[in-house]
Order: sequence, then C-alpha cells, then structure tokens
Amino acid sequence: MTPFEPILLANVGKPGSHTLAAYEATGGYAGMRKVLAEMTPAQVIELVKASNLRGRGGAGFPTGLKWFFLPKDHPGPIYMCINADESEPGTFNNRILMEDDPHQVLEGIIISCYATRAQTAYIYLRYEYPLSYDRLQAAIDELYAGNLLGKNILGKEFSLDIYLHRGAAAYICGEETGLIESLEGKRAWPRIKPPFPAVEGVFRKPTVVNNIETACCVTQIAARGVDWFKSMGVPADPKNPRDPGSYGPKLYCLSGHVNRPGCYEAPLGLTCRQLIDDFGGGVWKGRKAKAAIPGGISMGLLSESELDTPLDFAGPGKVGCLGLGTAAVVVLDETVSMVDFLHNSCRFFAHESCGQCTPCREGTAWSLTMLNRIRAGKGRLKDLDLLLEIGDTMGIIPGTTICGLSDGAAWPMKNAIRKFRGEFEEYIRRTNPTGYMETAAVEALPVLAHH
Amino acid sequence: MSTAERILTPEMVAAIKDYFPRYPTRQAVTLPALHIVNERLRCVPLAAVVEIAQLLELAPAQVQDTLSFYGFFKQDKPHGLVRAWVCRSISCALRGGEEVLDRMCHAAGTHPGETTTDGKLTIEFAECLGACEYAPCMLAGKTLYKNLTPELGEKFVAQCRAGNGQEPPEKEINGPIVAGGPAVVGSAATNGHRV
Repeated sequence: MTPFEPILLANVGKPGSHTLAAYEATGGYAGMRKVLAEMTPAQVIELVKASNLRGRGGAGFPTGLKWFFLPKDHPGPIYMCINADESEPGTFNNRILMEDDPHQVLEGIIISCYATRAQTAYIYLRYEYPLSYDRLQAAIDELYAGNLLGKNILGKEFSLDIYLHRGAAAYICGEETGLIESLEGKRAWPRIKPPFPAVEGVFRKPTVVNNIETACCVTQIAARGVDWFKSMGVPADPKNPRDPGSYGPKLYCLSGHVNRPGCYEAPLGLTCRQLIDDFGGGVWKGRKAKAAIPGGISMGLLSESELDTPLDFAGPGKVGCLGLGTAAVVVLDETVSMVDFLHNSCRFFAHESCGQCTPCREGTAWSLTMLNRIRAGKGRLKDLDLLLEIGDTMGIIPGTTICGLSDGAAWPMKNAIRKFRGEFEEYIRRTNPTGYMETAAVEALPVLAHH
Repeated sequence: MSTAERILTPEMVAAIKDYFPRYPTRQAVTLPALHIVNERLRCVPLAAVVEIAQLLELAPAQVQDTLSFYGFFKQDKPHGLVRAWVCRSISCALRGGEEVLDRMCHAAGTHPGETTTDGKLTIEFAECLGACEYAPCMLAGKTLYKNLTPELGEKFVAQCRAGNGQEPPEKEINGPIVAGGPAVVGSAATNGHRV
C-alpha cells in the first residue's frame, strides 16, 4: 500500500501549528480569502454539494444538501452550531484537529457560515477537552485581531462571531437536537424531527449543525477543489442514483489491542485490517484479533472474518453494523470475553440515556441489569433472546424513540449476541449450571444504584 | 437578601454577565453560569442556583432542572481540591482502565465520586475522555495523564494527598507512550504508515 500524504493532519505535529502565523505560512486562509472575493454564498453551497462531502460526525449526511435545506430569503438570524462534543467511545480525531490545527477548523467554519449566511457560530465543546478550549479561544482571538472575524471581515459585508460554549459531560449533547437544547440552557433532551434544525433549530431559528472534521474538509475543498476531493475514496454506486459515494480523506482513530494506537489519515474505503496492520503495527502481544468496533461503539462489532470490510459509508452496513459512524476502530484480541465487552457497552448507554423515551430509558437500564446478572453467574439462556428483543425494538430505526442513542445502544447487543452467540451460551451454562434453563421472570432486586 | 448573605461574588456576577451579549436569550447562559460558579466553589449549592436564576431571569426550578441533568455538578458539598476523572469506556477498559480506577479508589479509601477525608482528592469514573490512543487515561484539571498503570495511579493519589491542591505534573505520572501518528510528538512515521 503506498503511503498516503496527510492533508487534514498535514500541520499536526509541527511546532506552533496552532498559531495563525504558522497556519498562514503554509497557505492557510488563502481558500477562505478566495471564496469571499470570488464566490457568492449560493455558489459555495453548490461547490460543497458537488463535492459530495458527507458529514464526518457519525451520520454521514451530505453536507451541501444540509446547507441547501435552509429556507431561502429567511430574515434570519441563521445559526451555525459546530459539534465539538466528540464523546463516541473510541473517537478522538476532533480533539487532535482542535488542539493541533484549530485554524484549519476555524477557516472551515468561516467558509460554512459565509455559505449559509450565519452570522453567529457556537462551537459546542465538551468540557473534557481543556487544551482544545485554550487553543481554539487563542486562535479565535488572533482572528478577531486580524479582521478575519467580527464585523465586516476583510472589508466585506460579511460579519461573523464565533463563541465557544462548553458542555458538562453528557454524551447526548453530541446529538444535534440534544446539542441545541443544551445550548439553549435546558436539559439535553433531543427533539423529534421534523421540524429539522434547518427550519427550526436553536432559538427557533434556522440552524446548521456540522462536525469539526467536516469543517476541515470544507477548508480543503475550498483550497484544493472538488476534483481533488473526489479523486480519493469510494465512488458512488452507478446502479444507485441516490448513493452519494464516500469521497475524500478520512481520519481513522485506532485504539484497543494494537501496538500503535493513534489517529491516522487515509482515503475513505480503507479496510479495518489495513488500518490495524499497515498503520497500527498489528494486534498487540503477538495475538490475533477476535473482533473490532468499526466506527465508535454504537456501530456494533465486526467479527475477525469481517475485518476486510471497507470503512466507507456503505461498508459496515453490509455486514450487519449500524454504519461507518466516526470510523473509530477499537480492536479486541482473542482473550477478550464478549460478555465483558457487552457489559461495558450496556453500562455506557444506560449511563448516557437522557431518559426521555421509555424504550431507551427502560431498555438500556434493563440490558445493564441483565448483563450484571449474567456476569454474576445468574444468567439464563432466555436472557439472550430478551436482549435481542430489546435491541430489535428500541431506536429510530424501529421507530420507537426520538433519537438514535438507543440504536447505538442496541447495535452492540445485536452484533455481539448474533455473531458470538456460542460464547454467550457457553458462559451462561458454565457459570449458572443449575439455573441457565430458567424462564420464569426474575424478581427485581432492591438495587439502589447501578452506576 | 443582604449582600453579606450572597453566594455569588461580584466577580462571579460580572463573569456571568459577560456572556449575555453572546446569546439572544438569558437562558442560554445557564451552563456557562453553572461552570463559572462550579470552578470557584467546586460545587453549585441550591442557594447559588437561586441567585443564578435571578440573574438569568428564570425560575430557580428551571436552573435546577438543567443542573440536575448533568451529573457533573455536585451540590451538597465541594469536590476535592483535585478532581480526577478515570476513563472506564471500552478503549481504556481493554487496556486496564478499570484496574487503575479500582486501585486508586482503594489507595484513597473512597468509592468513585467520593472525596477523601482531607478534602484533597475526588476520584470519579468518566466515560470516554477522547484520548484513546493514550489508554488507560485520566483527566484532572487541565492535565491528561496517559498510559496509566495501577501503580502510577497509586502514585498520583499519594502525590495529591501530600500536596496542596495542585495536580501532579504529567511527566511524573505518565506511563510509556505507545501511540503513533502525526499527532504524537516525536513519532517516527509521518502518518504512522509502515509499508
């Protein structure tokens, strides 16, 4: 495999990469200046639409289309919310971009706001990223001082304020309408869609919510053009006119049982196995992989035989995973118990469920109770079918919840049990030899706290 | 309420009011206000909730409603001088994060979420801190501690209890860094790639 020359990570690792001087010395903000001088906002939207850029936050929605949904001739104000709440387990690429190349992020935000006519952008930043906060704020201050932010940027009739808004350690604030509710100062309970944020978002005004890496892709598309962006990745399926393809570079996070965890850049379509072997130094301790999370824990699991699945927007779905998600790969070696894996997953989602929708609130809590009981040697074979039933019935895909957190909670359960059923059954039989065949309902214990 | 009984100092009030021009509503200043108070008092007591509500022209129940959604804010008493968040999500758990948390709590004599009797240290579990290339990791203040072991966790606890509220220096606690890629300073490969 020929080494890929990083674009999104090009500045990362260089001393002072987070400063305006270093960024401009290598051509930074040239793209933005050109856009402001030569293009109308509508032309910028067309440019991003033509690139087929798909959002990098997890859902992969075409970015140009999302901008296009904003109502034309709205009196405004229109708001841009940048989702820097990165909390999907296994994911850390946004952190690296914000810490080591904040100007690439900000340039993309400014271009995006110019295109969407937003005059205020809020970067919703998770509280657990203090260095990102300091670096972003310092970079924003540099831009105000240089007339690249604030009133009449570069003497044009385009004004923009960018504010950092810090979260408080809640995963659901990474959901676009949960983010909006939290930004408004309320409990981060996601909203039902429609209305979509483009029509009625934050403060009841048209809003676009975009991811940090997406903003950086906008920067590079403005600088290098659509042809460059579409020269890499996986082309759209010619038999499917609605397939936008998977174009452009992607930041892949690699962690878990590998020799060299880290954030690596390659075109969309890299396989899991290539990421592990060519970038990550292979599975650690001379062991073999048993399974891998393909895109953050909510995407589910690839079994070892599925590691040649390409990591593009269409690949993981073909082997029963929820999707590409954040392309954060977490490797589990052959010594990992799938019961332990699933317990960790269920514990996370039960903790993070906002509690608004009954199937998620009850389903995630119940799954954790069952995994606790299974781990404690009181599991039944029937539990596996119950877990699958919970997994198949909670979520926006079955249509029973307001947001996708429950789909994310369901997929690890469904993949782990369906792909590793034998191991779960063997564990239950071995640890509960006298009770594994029970089917009567388990009486609820007076458990005061799960977490 | 006389000024002498107020919990929010004039400095805190001014810091909160600085946020007003950023948003079209006062309610949007709720989280920034909670953080401003929490950073100074290490908790947000109910009395502070009432004063924040007055500033933001909200009912106290609205501010309390928001506060109680986030497990982040303690209300009964301040957290320790150092508040350490040990990650327990999948990437850290796979590399021993739970053992680090267990050993640290044992060394401190606390359960997760509790504060040591001398008030110096609170150990909490965190969900994914977004630093999985440094698993198992921990965040305290502005410092991210990397590649921990149970022994390094114990060392952290000992230094906190011997200290006076400063987080121990990162280089004293970090384990050997194994991460690769351009973001890791000193990493040999430009993009981690080995042909």
